[in-house]
Amino acid sequence: MPKENTISERLKAEVKNLNFYYGDAHSLKNINLPVARREVTALIGPSGCGKTTFLRCFNRMHDLYPHNRYEGEIIIYPEKLNIISPSVDPIEIRMQISMVFQKPNPFPKSIYENVAYGLRVRGVNKKSMLDDIVEKSLRGSALWDEVKDRLNTSAFDLSGGQQQRLCIARALATDPRILLFDEPTSALDPTATSKIEELIIELKNEVTIIIVTHNMQQAARVSDFTAFMYLGEIIEFDKTYKIFTAPSNKLTDEYITGRFG
Amino acid sequence: MKDIKRRIKFNKFWNYVFLITGLLSTLVGLALLFTLMTDLFLDGSQRLSYKFLTSFPSRFPEEAGILSAWVGTFLLMIVTAFAAIPLGVAAGIYLEEYAKKNWLTDIIEINIANLAGVPSIIYGLLALGLFVYFFKFGESILTGGLALALLILPMVIMATREAIRAIPNSIREASYALGATKWQTVQWHIIPYSMGGILTGIIIGLSRAIGETAPIITVGALTFIAFLPSPPISSEFPFFSFKWLLDPFTVMPIQIFNWISRPQQEFHINAAAAGIVLLIMTLMMNAAAIYIRYRFRKRIKW
Repeated sequence: MPKENTISERLKAEVKNLNFYYGDAHSLKNINLPVARREVTALIGPSGCGKTTFLRCFNRMHDLYPHNRYEGEIIIYPEKLNIISPSVDPIEIRMQISMVFQKPNPFPKSIYENVAYGLRVRGVNKKSMLDDIVEKSLRGSALWDEVKDRLNTSAFDLSGGQQQRLCIARALATDPRILLFDEPTSALDPTATSKIEELIIELKNEVTIIIVTHNMQQAARVSDFTAFMYLGEIIEFDKTYKIFTAPSNKLTDEYITGRFG
Repeated sequence: MKDIKRRIKFNKFWNYVFLITGLLSTLVGLALLFTLMTDLFLDGSQRLSYKFLTSFPSRFPEEAGILSAWVGTFLLMIVTAFAAIPLGVAAGIYLEEYAKKNWLTDIIEINIANLAGVPSIIYGLLALGLFVYFFKFGESILTGGLALALLILPMVIMATREAIRAIPNSIREASYALGATKWQTVQWHIIPYSMGGILTGIIIGLSRAIGETAPIITVGALTFIAFLPSPPISSEFPFFSFKWLLDPFTVMPIQIFNWISRPQQEFHINAAAAGIVLLIMTLMMNAAAIYIRYRFRKRIKW
């Protein structure tokens, strides 16, 4: 683990001794990770290493299903609140931490209603306010110019890449403090992928981002910090350029060079 | 190589045999249905007229009409719908979205599936004891409607559950991930997206209920009534009344049965004519169900 002064002193979140159990299975083992504010932190590792499980702890998605158990802490700054504490309402957390999923999952509603939904959930119903935020979010996800004339058409008429950008707009509309990306481009073609990667690099100026990716080159392209996970543990965590040029751990090196994965 | 060719010929032959068998089976079913409907039309179409639809039953077959019968059927369907729809849809939503998946939920599920197979006369007996005598609703439209509502309740519940199950989990996760509560997700997503399936289930349930005679006879529907239930709207205060719920009534299937039981041939014509009307009502409901399903399927593509 790197020393404190190699990472920005301003942390958005910190994971301390996180353990996670799916029923009896011990999925995440003693995870410790700092999450830097307004930077992109990538989680990489082979299939089944627990990176998506770890990501879904941040917005308490595991609470939706039975037999899941958290131990340890994920502290959010500046409040110093442990978001996986049972006394914290998961809905409160999900209102501040948004997620973009692997397969684009827009609602079968209009483009406008998709982006506005998060606001309606919060009781914002005034049309003028919704109009403003919808436009701002669609601009923020580089989709506005392509859809501004057809906001009331079905979201399903969009291409895969556009749908994913719509999902990003939907996640941005609620002004989240952390944005979670779960392999956001694995279902998309290269053109759409690069558009979204550009977007992520821009977005980090506004919001802290954690991204899970199967694609090492993507992690190298977009992230500032990278954590390599294997079998539920964090093997190595450091600045991205260091992980990909001179990793300290042998296992990391083998994964990076493609000797397994 | 010759062996393979022979084997392929053999397989293809049996494929063809089954194709023909399947086609014939379908045709037999269709032919029977077609024969039945043609027979009904040939017998009864002469009696179909505006007069037929607006007259009360009478001793004279030419004068006899189905006014009280179809009004009774219509009002009965309204009560059935009002009772079965909210209960059935709410129960379906609860079982799919709220109930924890434990042994208690399993027992409930099995029981609901079983209820769908209970003979309708049993529902009649239940309604007689519960609604007629215990609640003292009497032998009325309310009792008949509630009896039929119980009958079709399992159907509505199962249709609701199937419709809800068709919604992919990714949609639910997207909703929850934005901070929605379960009720918000149900209200804004689950119900709208499953509406097509739910409406189809409701209409199929109602079109089954429209023809159920056993429970209606058991709760005491009359066979020969020459009056209509009290009108819901009147010109004096109060302008709207619910008295019709407690009035005696009759329904189409009972009227048909009554006419076909008489020796005079002319009444049999009446029965056929009433059968045509009932068939048309059922077919219209089924057509509505198919149309609704089509419209909803177009809007929602997973």
